[in-house]
Amino acid sequence: MSAKTQTLLRGARDTVPMLVGALPFGLIFGTLAVASGLSLPATLLMSALVFAGSAQFIAVSLVASGAGLVVLLLTTFIVNLRHMLYSASLMSHVRHLPQRWKIPLAFWLTDESFAVVHRHYLDPHPPKELKHWYYLGSCLAMYSNWFVCTLLGALLGNALPGLADWGLDFAMVATFTGIVVPLLRTRPMLLAAVSAGAVAVLAYDLPWKLGLMLAALAGVTAGVLAERWLAAQPVKEVANESV
Amino acid sequence: MSQFEVALLLGMASITFAIRYTLFAVGDRVRFSPLIQQALGYVPVAVLTAIIVPAMLMPSGKGLELTLDNAYLVGGIVAVLIAAFSRNLLLTIFGSMLVFFLWRWWLLG
Repeated sequence: MSAKTQTLLRGARDTVPMLVGALPFGLIFGTLAVASGLSLPATLLMSALVFAGSAQFIAVSLVASGAGLVVLLLTTFIVNLRHMLYSASLMSHVRHLPQRWKIPLAFWLTDESFAVVHRHYLDPHPPKELKHWYYLGSCLAMYSNWFVCTLLGALLGNALPGLADWGLDFAMVATFTGIVVPLLRTRPMLLAAVSAGAVAVLAYDLPWKLGLMLAALAGVTAGVLAERWLAAQPVKEVANESV
Repeated sequence: MSQFEVALLLGMASITFAIRYTLFAVGDRVRFSPLIQQALGYVPVAVLTAIIVPAMLMPSGKGLELTLDNAYLVGGIVAVLIAAFSRNLLLTIFGSMLVFFLWRWWLLG
C-alpha cells in the first residue's frame, strides 16, 4: 500500500468517532426531510450537494413551517458562515495545493472533518506533504456515511412514521460536546464557551437563527479579550516587583 | 422535484460552497492580522457551544427546561462529564447517547 493510501485510510479511521455521531443525525435528517414534505430525490440531493448537517436540519424544519425561499437561503448563509472561519484556520495548510484539490476539500469541509483534520495539521510528526491525503480520507468517510444515513433515514421514515420523535437529534449534542469540552483547557477558552452559550440562550428567539451568529461573535470577543487581559497581567507583576 | 425544491437545492448548495471555498481560492493572496488569527482560534468553541447549549437547555425551543424531565439536559451533562474526564470522543458519544435513550425510555415508561 502506498504512503498516500495509508494516510488516506488513517484520516478515515480517525474520523470513525465522528461517523458514530453523524449516523443517527443523518437518519433523523432523512426522516424529518420526508416528513416535512420534501420529495425523496430532493432529500438525497440535499445531502449530496449541500452536505451541511445543521443547515440541512434547520432548512427542513423551516420548509415544514412553510418558510419562503429567501428566509431559507438567508438562514443557510448564517448557519454555515462558521465554515468560512474553519476554512480560514486551514487556509495556510492548503495554500500550496492546486485548485483540483482545493475545490473538493472546500466542498467537503464540515465541523467533524475540521475537528479531526485541524488536530492532524497541528501534529508535527506526520510528513507534511501527505497531510491533504489525510484530509481527503476524513472527508470521504463523512460524505459517504452522511449520504447512506440520509437514504436509510428517508426510507425508514416512510416505514416508521414515529421515528422523528425518538430524539435521535441528541447525537448532534453528543458529538459537538465531545469536540468542544477537550478544547476548554485555558481560561479564555472556557470564558468563550460560557459567553457563547449564554448569548445563544438569551438571543434564541431572534429571527433567522441570528442568535447563533450573535452568540458566536460574543464567544470569540470574550475569548480574545480574556487572552489579551491575561497576557498583560505578568508584565504588570514584573513591573511592580522592579519598583 | 418541484421548482421550489430545485431553487432551494441550487441556492443552498451554491451558498454553502461559496462560504467554504472563497478563502481556499484566494488563499495565496491573503494574510490575516494577528488579531484575526487569535480570534479564529476561538471560533469552533464559540459556534459549537452556541449550537449545543440551547439544544440542551431548551430542546422544544419554548424557553428554558431546567428539569430532570429534560433528557437532552441529563444526557448533555453526562456528555460534558465523560468528555472532561476521559477526553475520549467515542466514549463521550456512546456513553451520553446510552444515558439519553435510557433516560427517555424510563421517562416514557
